[in-house]
Amino acid sequence: MAEEAITEASVEASGEASVEASVEARAEGVPAAEAWIPRVSRRAALRDGLRAYGLIVGMWMRSTMAYRASFVMTAFGNFAATAFDFVAILLMFAHVDALGGYSLPEVAFLYGTSATAFGLSDLALGSMDRLGRRVRDGTLDTLLLRPVPVLAQVAADRFALRRLGRIAQGLLVLGYALLTVDIDWTVTRALMLPMMVLSGAAIFSAVFVAGAAFQFWAQDASEVQNSFTYGGTTLLQYPPTLFAKDLVRGVTFVVPLAFVNWIPALYVLGREDPLGLPDLAAFLPPLVAVVCCALAGVAWRAGLRAYRSTGS
Amino acid sequence: MSTDGTGFIELDGVEKVFDVRRKAGLLRREKHQVRAVDGISFRVPRGEMVGYIGPNGAGKSTTIKMLTGILTPSGGRLRVAGIDPSRERTRLAQRIGVVFGQRTTLWWDLPLIDSYRLMHRMYRVPDARFRVNLERCVELLDLAELLDVPVRQLSLGQRMRGDIAAALLHDPEVLYLDEPTIGLDVISKAKVREFLRDLNAERGTTVLLTTHDLTDIEQLCKRVMVIDHGRLLYDGGLAGLHEVGESERTLVVDLERELPPIEVPGARAVRVEGPRQWLAFPAAESAAPLVARIAAEYPLVDLSVREPDIEAVIAKMYADRSAV
Repeated sequence: MAEEAITEASVEASGEASVEASVEARAEGVPAAEAWIPRVSRRAALRDGLRAYGLIVGMWMRSTMAYRASFVMTAFGNFAATAFDFVAILLMFAHVDALGGYSLPEVAFLYGTSATAFGLSDLALGSMDRLGRRVRDGTLDTLLLRPVPVLAQVAADRFALRRLGRIAQGLLVLGYALLTVDIDWTVTRALMLPMMVLSGAAIFSAVFVAGAAFQFWAQDASEVQNSFTYGGTTLLQYPPTLFAKDLVRGVTFVVPLAFVNWIPALYVLGREDPLGLPDLAAFLPPLVAVVCCALAGVAWRAGLRAYRSTGS
Repeated sequence: MSTDGTGFIELDGVEKVFDVRRKAGLLRREKHQVRAVDGISFRVPRGEMVGYIGPNGAGKSTTIKMLTGILTPSGGRLRVAGIDPSRERTRLAQRIGVVFGQRTTLWWDLPLIDSYRLMHRMYRVPDARFRVNLERCVELLDLAELLDVPVRQLSLGQRMRGDIAAALLHDPEVLYLDEPTIGLDVISKAKVREFLRDLNAERGTTVLLTTHDLTDIEQLCKRVMVIDHGRLLYDGGLAGLHEVGESERTLVVDLERELPPIEVPGARAVRVEGPRQWLAFPAAESAAPLVARIAAEYPLVDLSVREPDIEAVIAKMYADRSAV
């Protein structure tokens, strides 16, 4: 699992890193006479970003594994701390039979998919909220000196393998849900499961990157980012019927977190969408993920460009 | 072509303007512009070692950041090895090395050797080349016992040597050093200077050095550039700096007894302490006629001539400049 998570995660990370170099190249008006200068192609930049991400992550993993006992303990701590969220849900179900019309296995399904998707992106990009501090204390400059994309370096910085604890916890709850929930399984519904976890991870990753990009302008904004990432995943662990319609609309159309699990999960569970969206919406997560990542990439580039012209 | 053969580093009227917002009231903000670098032009040929000095906030670090591509210039033309740094930052990164005295480029929590291994891969240094460079740096910078120590546990001097090594593992053609000896003790400073001198002599690495410590410049650089308020005040040899700064030499005269301040044309008494007097005269003038005159008119016991120190020269230059 670990291996899989990391490869998958690194793909996302540099998916966004890729665009950076090519755009930097045309950040300023390019005099025609010098247009011969070869540009780093998007694909090459993607490869470079991926490779750099892998190198740095590899180093942090080796360093983590040098203290195996410490790793096991911190990973378990991560597991336990995040599992309390589900314990809270279990406690609620000790008193009620349904939450917003959803049974415990159904809530567990929402919880497991959201927690796993978020866990993957948190493992891959969870360190990005340190960007604001790097901008403030000037250490971002040292990253700009290296011949690899900055996004890959920021994403891989202090890669925390202990975050596997959160993924393990999410998968455990998801496993419980799949064993107990009453789903009318079809091939489409079965395929929906990996699709929603991967797309969800990509959507959360885009939020991480966009949030980090925002910190180029507002260095103390990591809490804003956290409210969308950590806050978002907590929201998605509960049925949408519990929340006000306007909030559900917000996370559907503004910050499209609803596509992480709510919309596709409702389809898998055979339930009505509270906003009355057609079934087709359940198949949109990959598309939404691609759009989100592209927008996050644009935001990142704009942020980095602003930093390089103001130096603060 | 972007290079004309004379300059490895070329700046033509380079400018950097920052918008600074200041709080003016609860919500209102005043916006005004700061010209951190205000039209600087210079050329540094390959293999030269140049000192770049100026007071705090003069624009030194901003210039270095533009030369590395971290910052995009607001105006002017800038080339390093024929590359426009801000447009091709990552390509340039392969060819330059940078040492910031105030902050490390190493990975703080990891052993020194881990940083080096990562640099090896990041910069795609061929294995054999990396081994040779690492061995050389470890030997000359005395790093053997520090390789397994996490960077955060290194002393300032050790960390600085570690940083210099890190900047050189990929054989950069040019090395920028921003305050490389700041906070170091005398022995560490000497070690760093010796290493830089050898690097420049043996490898022909172009070096641009900013510093507050003028001994760095005196011992390392034949050429020095002085910057203040974003403008270049002086660019030339170290000796010429004295003339530009209209510096003065000091004649220290010991008389037989206490006397009123000596009055001779071409010199003025700047200090009197018992029988000893200090006379200032223009550095460009010869001391001989002055000495002859004083010897003829006063009861002279002993005398000596003191050369102006460069620090005073530069201080005078700044003072003159801001007085205008």
